[in-house]
Amino acid sequence: MENDVVSDLKREYINRMLAERKRLDGRTPEETRPVDVQTGVVTSAAGSARVKWGDTDVMVGVMVEQGTPFPDTPDRGVLVTNAELIPMASPYFEAGPPRPESIEFARVVDRGIREAQTIDLAKMCVTPREKVYITYVDMHVLDFGGNLFDAGLLGAMMALHTAVVPAKRHGNGEDFKLPVQHYPISITSAKLDGGLIVDPNLDEERVAQCRLTVTTDENGDIRAMQKGLVGKLTFEEIQAAIQNSQRCGAELRRKLGLGVK
Amino acid sequence: MGGSKSEHNLINADGKTRFDGRALDELRPLSIQAGVLKRADGSAYVEWGSNKVLAAVYGPREVHPRHLQNPARAIVQARYNMASFSVSERKRPGPDRRSQEISKIISEAFTSVVFVEQFPRTTVDVFMEVLQADAGTRCAGLTAASVALADAGVPMRDIVPSVASGKVEDRVVCDLNKEEDTCGSADVPCAILPRTGEFLLLQMDGHLTYDELMLAMEYNKRAAKKINEVQKEALRRKYSIITLQDNVISEQPPAAPPGVPPEATELPPPEGGA
Repeated sequence: MENDVVSDLKREYINRMLAERKRLDGRTPEETRPVDVQTGVVTSAAGSARVKWGDTDVMVGVMVEQGTPFPDTPDRGVLVTNAELIPMASPYFEAGPPRPESIEFARVVDRGIREAQTIDLAKMCVTPREKVYITYVDMHVLDFGGNLFDAGLLGAMMALHTAVVPAKRHGNGEDFKLPVQHYPISITSAKLDGGLIVDPNLDEERVAQCRLTVTTDENGDIRAMQKGLVGKLTFEEIQAAIQNSQRCGAELRRKLGLGVK
Repeated sequence: MGGSKSEHNLINADGKTRFDGRALDELRPLSIQAGVLKRADGSAYVEWGSNKVLAAVYGPREVHPRHLQNPARAIVQARYNMASFSVSERKRPGPDRRSQEISKIISEAFTSVVFVEQFPRTTVDVFMEVLQADAGTRCAGLTAASVALADAGVPMRDIVPSVASGKVEDRVVCDLNKEEDTCGSADVPCAILPRTGEFLLLQMDGHLTYDELMLAMEYNKRAAKKINEVQKEALRRKYSIITLQDNVISEQPPAAPPGVPPEATELPPPEGGA
């Protein structure tokens, strides 16, 4: 994500500690950072959330507008996911048209929401072939402390989970809760010289060979994956990353009361 | 100025108070917090009425692209941006003509307060992000950005407050809210140097008589003083010195001095009882 370098000293130190199953911030390799979630942070949006995931701070707004459906899905609502890596969040983010990093970020989160069938899009149709609701998920990175993907999807989920469709404003009867039926959560593992770790922070992300983001649903089923950066992963490492995602995802869902029966 | 019609009167029948209960010259609730972001060199968060605005400062740092460099002084590059979810009708992300204009005038306002001559060939980048909008966002952004600049340790002549007054139903009022802004007939945003009372930013749109404009600017001047107090207090809170109150390190009361019989020591009353 960032094109700056980390000193060889730090790189070595991170890897040497990891060989002893330790990390700079005191976590074990399998541990995620503390997550703090606030919902309803802006009243102008249909749903909103601010997620502080370690030092990463992401704000997500969900807005529901009316529009025309895609011709191949005439009776289903539309989902649009967008990410803004605003220059406030890091000395290496720049203003201007979206770069590959923010496009990848938005698409990985979008895939998680879409493939998990998070929103019951059939309920988001007003008049087939003519009018449907378009759900915009806008992610705003405010402070970049590593592992955007997981923080972004969690923020999107919390915002969707608390969103209300402003049907009255569009002249379609009473407002209703946005129909959320599944709760995908992504957990990213990174491969360092010293081994595999869950939820890399900024320094760890900089020295990582590659990362694997795995999105699971509330049943532990896998809904989306994305490998990034240049390194290689073994079959065992992929298995471990998936198991990490299932375990940490379930933990987070339980903590936040998402999709718990 | 919108010219749309409100469903109710915005000035109450007494002619002295407004629909939201404020006096004509009363500000909306304002709170400022300095140093809210980790990555930025300096940052601040402002809640003002229903406005929620975040500001961050980076620099002085290298200029990109290089041809923007000024060999004599630093340049100040402000970027005002509204989040797509900050207004009830989704705003298309990215800069539009309005935000580019605002960014330009805020850059210019800050260029005259920052000691730019101390940092040749560099840039001071000021980012303002409107998370929730409720009229007066450029003023809230500028107010937050001043605190963020101070938090970043950028040498400045003063900390700049900013506020807008305007006209609603034949009355000049201070610090317009959203409804007053869209249904009112004039808007005068200002940024004022508190030490000298000089205006660093001044805009006006709508329709005002000379006297009305003077009154609006007078309101702005007075409001700016108040806002500046809050800005300074926010910085004081972040950088204040804490004095040790209880200097005793032992958990037990000190032993009785020699010569005093131990029976004479008075025991404290048991907890919870008189």
